[in-house]
Order: sequence, then C-alpha cells, then structure tokens
Amino acid sequence: MKPAAFDYHAPGTVEEAVALLAELGDDAKVLAGGQSLIPMLALRLTAFDHLVDVCRIPELQGVQQRDGGVRIGAAVRHAQVGTSPEVAAAAPLLTLATPLVGHFQIRNRGTLGGAIAHADPAAEYPAAALALDATMDIASPTGRRTLTAQEFFTDLWTTAMEPDEMLVGVTFPAWGGRSGFAVEEFARRHGDYAIAGAEVAVELDETDRVRRCAIGLVALGPTPERPREAEAELVGRPVSEIDPAEVGRLAMAGLTAVTSDGNGSADYRRRVGAAMVARAWTRAVADASTEGAA
Amino acid sequence: MSDVQVELTVNGQARTATVQPRLTLADFLREECRLTGTHLGCEHGVCGACTVLVDGEAVRSCLVFAVQAAGSEVTTVEGLGGPDGELSPVQAALRDCHGLQCGFCTPGFVVSITAFLRDNPRPTDQETREALSGTLCRCTGYQGILRAVQQAAGAETAR
Repeated sequence: MKPAAFDYHAPGTVEEAVALLAELGDDAKVLAGGQSLIPMLALRLTAFDHLVDVCRIPELQGVQQRDGGVRIGAAVRHAQVGTSPEVAAAAPLLTLATPLVGHFQIRNRGTLGGAIAHADPAAEYPAAALALDATMDIASPTGRRTLTAQEFFTDLWTTAMEPDEMLVGVTFPAWGGRSGFAVEEFARRHGDYAIAGAEVAVELDETDRVRRCAIGLVALGPTPERPREAEAELVGRPVSEIDPAEVGRLAMAGLTAVTSDGNGSADYRRRVGAAMVARAWTRAVADASTEGAA
Repeated sequence: MSDVQVELTVNGQARTATVQPRLTLADFLREECRLTGTHLGCEHGVCGACTVLVDGEAVRSCLVFAVQAAGSEVTTVEGLGGPDGELSPVQAALRDCHGLQCGFCTPGFVVSITAFLRDNPRPTDQETREALSGTLCRCTGYQGILRAVQQAAGAETAR
C-alpha cells in the first residue's frame, strides 16, 4: 500500500528540527532511516501530517571516541556502525549485534538513533544500549539533556522523550580489562525479529572471577530487559564454577511481562531466552578468557 | 500537502520531477522515470524485489521516499547491463544457472548480488546465503540463485 500524504521537512540543524517538532506537535514524526516507520506508514498502521527528516543534519553524523568510549551520531547507519573500528574497539557488543539487524539492504538505510528511539523490545540495538549503560543525548527547544538507557526505555515502543524532543547521539562507555562479548538470538528465519535473544558482556579479574557482567534481553518484555539481580549474583564468583544453564535460569527469573504471540507463548519464550543467555554467556566468557590473564 | 521538487541521478542521467513527498523512490523510478525494471512486490520492505543502489549501496526503494534520495546517484537494474543489452556477469550467471523462473524477483536479486559481490568478491557459502536471505523468490527454491552467485564470483575473480 501507499503511505497517506504528508508534508516533508528537512531541517539543517538540530535546533531547526526541534523547533519544527514543537510547532507541529502530535501531527509530526521524526523520520530517520525509515526502515521501521515507512513500513508502518505503508501498511497504514500510522499516519502523520508532517515528517521531519533528520538525516541531513550534520550533527547527527559521525562516530567519535569519547572518554574511552564511543559516541555515535543518531543518523549513523547500521552498516557504518557494523564496520566502524571505533565501535569495534569500545563497544564490540554493538559490532556483534549489527549483522543480526534485518538484512544488509535494511542496514544500509536504518540508523542507530532510529532503532533506539523506536524502542522495539525485539530489536538488537536497544538491548545493547541497556546492557552497555549507554547514555542518550537528547535535544528539545529549551536545551539538551542526557538520559541513561535505563531511564530512556519506558514501555513498548515508548521512550522518555517528549514529542518535541529528538535523539541526537548515543554514547557507549568502553569495557576494559579482560572483557568478552556475545550475542545469541533465535529467529525462524535469518533477518526476522528474534523470538528471544541475549546480549552478554562479561569482565573477568586476574583470578578468573567475574568482575562485572551485563545481560541485555531481546524480545522478553515490553522493553529491552536487563536482569540486574542475576548479574549481581554472578559478580565475584569464579567463572569456572558458573553453570551457563544457571545463568539462563537466573536471567529469566525476574521477568514479569514476557509476551505471548503467534511466534510463541511466554513460556516458550522464557525457555528460548534461557538457552540464548546460556549460549551467549559461554561464548562471552570464552572471549574474555582469550584476553589472557593479567 | 505540498509537493516537492526532487533532483537525482538515475543510471547516470539527471532526473527532476515535482512529486508528492509520499512517493517512494520505487514509484519515482517506475512512474516518473519509466524504469519499470524495478519491481514492487510487498511495498513494505520484506520481499526485496525493489532493491536499487543509492550512492552505491543496495537499499529497498519502497522504504525510501524519493525526496529522501534527492541529490543521490541511483542505479537500477537497467543500469547494470551493457549499453546494447549485454548481460552483466551477475545477470549472465543467473541465466546460466536457472536462477530465475517467472523473473519477478530477479531485478532485486541482480542489484543485491551485484553490491554483495563488489563488497565481498569471494564469499563463503554461509555469507552468500545470508546475503540472499533479504530477497524472496517463490519459484526457484534458491539453489539456482546460490549457484549463480558462486559462478558470478568465480567470473569476477577470473577477470
């Protein structure tokens, strides 16, 4: 089908863009890469009188090292995220997650900021942002503010941003030392949204105990989820004594709003989720171990 | 709702048209440029038949508004063959390997495979399968298409 008619705006600066959003109110929507928004418009699941294309704003471009981490402009496309040496150095989890986002033709258009602002719990980047404690740089007509990923994702496809705010960039702090990363997903077909998935980061100390770990869960609730109680239980333990299946069980224990749909019941999703966490844990630990004892 | 003027380059030729912002790049190519080699299957980004190159990168032209592509260089399946209709190596391989039957999806495969082999001239079987997974074919069962990619990769390397 064809999208309903709309007026198109292509502001050249962030200030122009948020001024437009403030002026147009609920009738306007930010258009980034469009790989989620345009299908929804084409299927007439939604319609807006105004689309504000932010991809021509220079401030939203580029990947920069920042404070040991990496700052990614909101309009940077998935393909660029996936091949960026700065991203691979500071946030390898993001590099590993990228090939699982749609197909390569989608990754050539879709943007990191669009994926995160869309806040789909079944998407890879929101879970990575939550697991890695990313911070979101947000602009409004009255100024700028920064939110943590935990504050940012509030509900299904819903963020803490106001209608006249827009995402400008996302900063991912680096993990140092003996860190390892892995992403595991189960989908019926490559490129489909996952039925459940896990993105795991783990850092080991010099005695092979877990110094810290982070688990991002995909498609296991209304938002990307992070089982912080499970993470806390694992910290300080010798990694060789941790059964990956136990990590999977722990990670599922605190989930209260796993969805049931045509792709699987909530119970099935939990089982798949536990298996994905176990697999990702195993691979992340192996990855950390190859960093060598300090 | 205001129309917008869109200027872009298609297969090396400058094109200008005044269109509704909601016009997709796919419809721009088919209706404004009369380049009907770009096929529209699902019109919501699933089937891949409408894939074209925008500034060299394979994208679904049903998921790009023409106005978003203003200023870009677009290459469609019509721009990949020789000027006198000679098939490109990817097209020739698809023909040789029976990589098409009804041909509806073929433009999307030709464009996607062309970009894929440019970036990855000697792909593994797994990489090829992943690259093909973004385009749907309901006739061939994909095996002929897979062989065509392998043949085209070999042909490119032999050059």
